[in-house]
Amino acid sequence: MSANPVLTPLHKHGALDVARIRAEFPILGLTVSGRPLAYLDNAASSQMPKAVIDRLVRYQSAEHANIHRGVHYLSEKATAEYEGARRKVQRFVNAREDREVIFTRGTTDSLNLVAHGFGRAFIGEGDEIILSHLEHHSNIVPWQMLCEERGAKIRVIPINDAGELLLEEYERLFSPRTRLVAVTHVSNALGTIVPVKEMIATARARGVPVLVDGAQAAPHMKVDVQDLDCDFYAFSGHKMCGPTGIGILYGKAERLEKMRPFEGGGDMILSVTFEKTTYNAIPYKFEAGTPPIAAAIGLGAAVDYLESVGMDRIAAHEHALLEYATAKLSAMPGVRIVGTAGRKAGVLSFTVAGVHPHDVGTILNEEGVAVRTGHHCAQPVMQRYGIAATARASFYLYNTFEEVDQLVAGIRRVQQIFA
Amino acid sequence: MDPNRLYQEVILDHNRKPRNWGRLAAPSHRAEGLNPLCGDHIWLTLNVADGRVAEIAFEGEGCAICKASASMMTANVKGRTVDEAEQLVREFRDMATGNLDASTPSHLGRLTVFSGVRDLPSRVKCAILPWHTLHAAFHAQATASTEGDADPIAQMG
Repeated sequence: MSANPVLTPLHKHGALDVARIRAEFPILGLTVSGRPLAYLDNAASSQMPKAVIDRLVRYQSAEHANIHRGVHYLSEKATAEYEGARRKVQRFVNAREDREVIFTRGTTDSLNLVAHGFGRAFIGEGDEIILSHLEHHSNIVPWQMLCEERGAKIRVIPINDAGELLLEEYERLFSPRTRLVAVTHVSNALGTIVPVKEMIATARARGVPVLVDGAQAAPHMKVDVQDLDCDFYAFSGHKMCGPTGIGILYGKAERLEKMRPFEGGGDMILSVTFEKTTYNAIPYKFEAGTPPIAAAIGLGAAVDYLESVGMDRIAAHEHALLEYATAKLSAMPGVRIVGTAGRKAGVLSFTVAGVHPHDVGTILNEEGVAVRTGHHCAQPVMQRYGIAATARASFYLYNTFEEVDQLVAGIRRVQQIFA
Repeated sequence: MDPNRLYQEVILDHNRKPRNWGRLAAPSHRAEGLNPLCGDHIWLTLNVADGRVAEIAFEGEGCAICKASASMMTANVKGRTVDEAEQLVREFRDMATGNLDASTPSHLGRLTVFSGVRDLPSRVKCAILPWHTLHAAFHAQATASTEGDADPIAQMG
């Protein structure tokens, strides 16, 4: 990849060179409240390396026009780059074909596309959808809306105190009316890695399709949709070093072909008369109107960047940070870690005794530490633990052990102020 | 902003030992305040007699900023006329949102310890919620919310 020729040799071999990686992210040089920024809010949104920023600038400076329309140079160029980004994403998740990769506005949009395109076509009165207790609101609300409209029902896979799904309960939830399983790959609130491959096999044996919300997984670990054998896989660009406003829905071609379009408009049609419209083939059937072309190309550059570093090494680095932070916070009196699953991604939710998470977050901010506080758009998870909110630190490839120390010092300061 | 400026001892003290904690048995006015974004939730009960706040009590759960603001609010408006309390609601809101006209004297007194939230937009609602709720109670609205159409401060304009 020519966009960043420096990257490839540096990251291919040996351990992750975090200092070198950090230098590639201009925003990480910021100081906040007079202290170096420790950005630990990656589960909400990640930062962008120069390779991706430069790619966006290059696109807007020398390649931009509308796609799939003009016969002129720029339109052909923009179209080629946009479709090139689709093939990069196809490779990234190992989809069989590039037409199985749909560009959306983000994970939420991807999930709504399935609720509309698959749900409204194939889910009716008395039918059932299986969700898990770990879901983000964006993988709950579209299904509630569908159920309200269709008279279908949601059944919920419970979790244990560690934040792991109870898989025997999952198997019991299936009935002849089960039409879909929609489950997260990694819990955004707790960090639990869900054994989706086994769960998909369970559903497959019963002929039930599975949608995986991969928003917190695809940026952090190698995802192979053919190996998982999922029917749908959704994720976002901005959580994986890419721009906001772009997301992906992977879907098996045979599923997508049977689905209804989500939005109507230009580019999603083959022909239109006032009597009848013939829809375009996949993926274009689901990409009405002018898409976020620059963001899609930026996502392609983000994929190049992450692959140049190596997804396995990113996952290993984040795991080391998680283990270090978990040990440090576990040793602090009054600090409770929420979510202690055996397999976790780099997400650490915690509470500080006697202090509301928002006060924790405000004081940490004054220490230069950016964490998320609140219910993390996963109120059912919070309800399960009988709490309104947590503070959450979440890691990415550019985070350091020193930043974890900065977090720990910040929590000590919270405890001093509220002593 | 230095956190010491927001988390001053007076705020920490009111958070630890909230004044006028509880619920009145037979209040003339009551309202519930909710900040759905962070889970701040308070119940406010008061007795208004001859146009004055004779008694006021609150309870609830929330962050230190919300609890201290509620505690100091109840201490401040007790004994005041409804008009004076409403004037304080306006001044507190203007201070918290950074819109207080410095050239006009205000009645905020020690409540100015909350002025630091103006630099923390996500925390402004925590500080203002009790005041929303007081306004709602005066106007016989059952609930105040910091969000959407139910936001009484927004309706005040």
